[in-house]
Amino acid sequence: MKEVLDKTTFKENVMLEIKNLHVVVEDKEILKGVNLTIKNGEVHAIMGPNGAGKSTLSYAICGKDGYEVTKGSVFYNGKDLLDMDPHERAGEGLFLGFQYPVEIPGVSNMNFLRTALNSQRRYQGEDEVSAVDFLKLIRARAKELDMDPEMLKRSVNVGFSGGEKKRNEMVQMAVLAPSMAILDETDSGLDIDALRIVADGINRLRGPDRAALIITHYQRLLDYVVPDFVHVLANGRIVKSGTKDLALQLEAKGYAGLGIAENAA
Amino acid sequence: MVATEQAQQTVKEVSDAYKYGFVTDIESEKAPKGLNEDVIRFISAKKDEPAWLLGWRLKAYEKWLEMEEPTWAMVDYPEIDFQDIYYYAAPKSAEDGPKSLDEVDPELLRTYEKLGISLKEQEVLAGVAVDIVFDSVSVATTFRKKLKEAGIIFCSISEAAHDYPDMMKKYLGSVVPVTDNYYSALNSAVFTDGTFVYIPKGVRCPMELSTYFRINEANTGQFERTIIIADEGSYVSYLEGCTAPMRDENQLHAAVVELITHDDAEIKYSTVQNWYPGDKDGKGGIYNFVTKRGACRGKNSKISWTQVETGSAVTWKYPSCLLIGDNSVGEFYSVAITNNYQQADTGTKMIHIGKNTSSTIISKGISAGKSEATYRGLVKILAGAENARNFTQCDSLLIGDRCGAHTVPYIEVKNPSAQVEHEATTSKISDEQLFYCLQRGLEVEDAVALIVNGFCRDVMQQLPMEFAVEAQKLLGISLEGSVG
Repeated sequence: MKEVLDKTTFKENVMLEIKNLHVVVEDKEILKGVNLTIKNGEVHAIMGPNGAGKSTLSYAICGKDGYEVTKGSVFYNGKDLLDMDPHERAGEGLFLGFQYPVEIPGVSNMNFLRTALNSQRRYQGEDEVSAVDFLKLIRARAKELDMDPEMLKRSVNVGFSGGEKKRNEMVQMAVLAPSMAILDETDSGLDIDALRIVADGINRLRGPDRAALIITHYQRLLDYVVPDFVHVLANGRIVKSGTKDLALQLEAKGYAGLGIAENAA
Repeated sequence: MVATEQAQQTVKEVSDAYKYGFVTDIESEKAPKGLNEDVIRFISAKKDEPAWLLGWRLKAYEKWLEMEEPTWAMVDYPEIDFQDIYYYAAPKSAEDGPKSLDEVDPELLRTYEKLGISLKEQEVLAGVAVDIVFDSVSVATTFRKKLKEAGIIFCSISEAAHDYPDMMKKYLGSVVPVTDNYYSALNSAVFTDGTFVYIPKGVRCPMELSTYFRINEANTGQFERTIIIADEGSYVSYLEGCTAPMRDENQLHAAVVELITHDDAEIKYSTVQNWYPGDKDGKGGIYNFVTKRGACRGKNSKISWTQVETGSAVTWKYPSCLLIGDNSVGEFYSVAITNNYQQADTGTKMIHIGKNTSSTIISKGISAGKSEATYRGLVKILAGAENARNFTQCDSLLIGDRCGAHTVPYIEVKNPSAQVEHEATTSKISDEQLFYCLQRGLEVEDAVALIVNGFCRDVMQQLPMEFAVEAQKLLGISLEGSVG
């Protein structure tokens, strides 16, 4: 971006804008004033010690029951997210890659994804995809992410290994093609091959009109998906922001070495 | 369901007009309230029945008087006043029904629409007077012709009493004896409608037989009686009921179904039951006390029950198999959904009598709201049943925290070579599962329907294709409002 943008244009480029977000879970305040702005095309990473509120942030953005926003605002492409039901937020283009994807016995991956895609399309006022077109789409995406087509017929995540579940999340993400992906420790517990696949899934969706928020414990994933910004969340607030270097420093010195108390909450 | 209540009221008003000066007047369209020998004679006369059948009914009535209403099921309902029930009402004439769909409860129409039922069929189901020749009449005619060519008998039970008295005498009450239970005795005394099917030797019925094809001829009977006989080496698939909620004025339903398979024959009996379950506060709704039993009389014969139960306020139903012939096979696949204040006590009995008999029981119970669902099943291996095998799987799914699911398996084994397996699980739709679906863009109701359909997949797969698609939608509709 060579030209100097005036304030309005700058605003237009903002995809996600979180201001002073406070979130209470089971009567306990977990987020205590988070501020975060993500612009089109950017990849942000959030790191932080256990219990810092990383997962809470992703759930609150996506509207999970029991994550009560007591203060602050979240705007997404200029729309008030906190006013929307979870499925509407998904329809607006928000995708959450789960740390522990759930199993849904008896529902095939294929059927689940088709129902999801068509729900989103209905929300966006578009026609549903035909069975044939869907089959082509999902097969292509599965192939790109190296998933055995047989897995598409199996029940959602039932009997999948940890790596298979995460790969499945990536296939879902590729099919739904969200404008904003939030990945909640998608890399945890993965071996290096699985990690590459997750990274590949994220990188495939990088583009000027998309953005991603990667929540991770380790800087390992960031070797494959290089973020534009890295933030450290501790004790319910973002206490430090920087570039990729910050992640490297964290790895070298630990949170304490950067003056961030572990389990401060 | 305003329409149903209104209709009930109308029927009451019309019928009460007859309560004075009633004699055995066969010109009358309704018997007076209550049950006595005169009412049974009236019914028999109305149906122009042979004397032996009237005698059979009266004997059943005598037995019924000596019996007591069963109380062992896990269902709770106000005492039924059997003298406060109409036991015979002629099928309603067209003039009594709504004149057009505009007069039908919009809630009912919304359900029809969700099930994807055509306007013409909606009119029939809602009891709208249809005075044009509509498609299914001609379909039914072609259908009859085709069956006749194959030698198959498919008619009402009353027709069978006239036209096939020998078979009726031979099979009526042969699987479910009159005194089997309180409601089978009651049904035997007063049954007014039902279906008779006979498949001749070696014939594979060329189409799914369905009561649906007879829908335009008569309302669903309150005390239905169904007999299906599959002669040696024959096969038939029979569909009972309808996914669409039926307009029905009768509160008490007590049907009896008897199936008989001879050597190498197979009957597949599928039911989708969606009668009025009562309103959200548990007011109204149908009591469904059914006795269904099949006898695998011949060797290598097979009877398979598949049921999807979503309606009725109270359900008491145990489709069973008597595995008499050697190598005979019994199957029971069931989905029972209860919501709001519905109660269901349902399951099966597999009685192994012959050698190498095997049975499979897959039961899926889904409870939501403040409902109670009980699986009650008996697997009995008699001493002579060498190498009998049974596999039972009972899964319960709870939605919310105010409903109940109960599993009561009885197993009696008298032969040491038997293999009996029982698996049972109880689970809840978790918040995590729901949120996962919502996050992918599904609305709450679609998410619940998807999860529930997945839970029932093993059973739904057993349904004939055209039934399965509607039944899937039905599961979703039955659970509307159960979450959030």
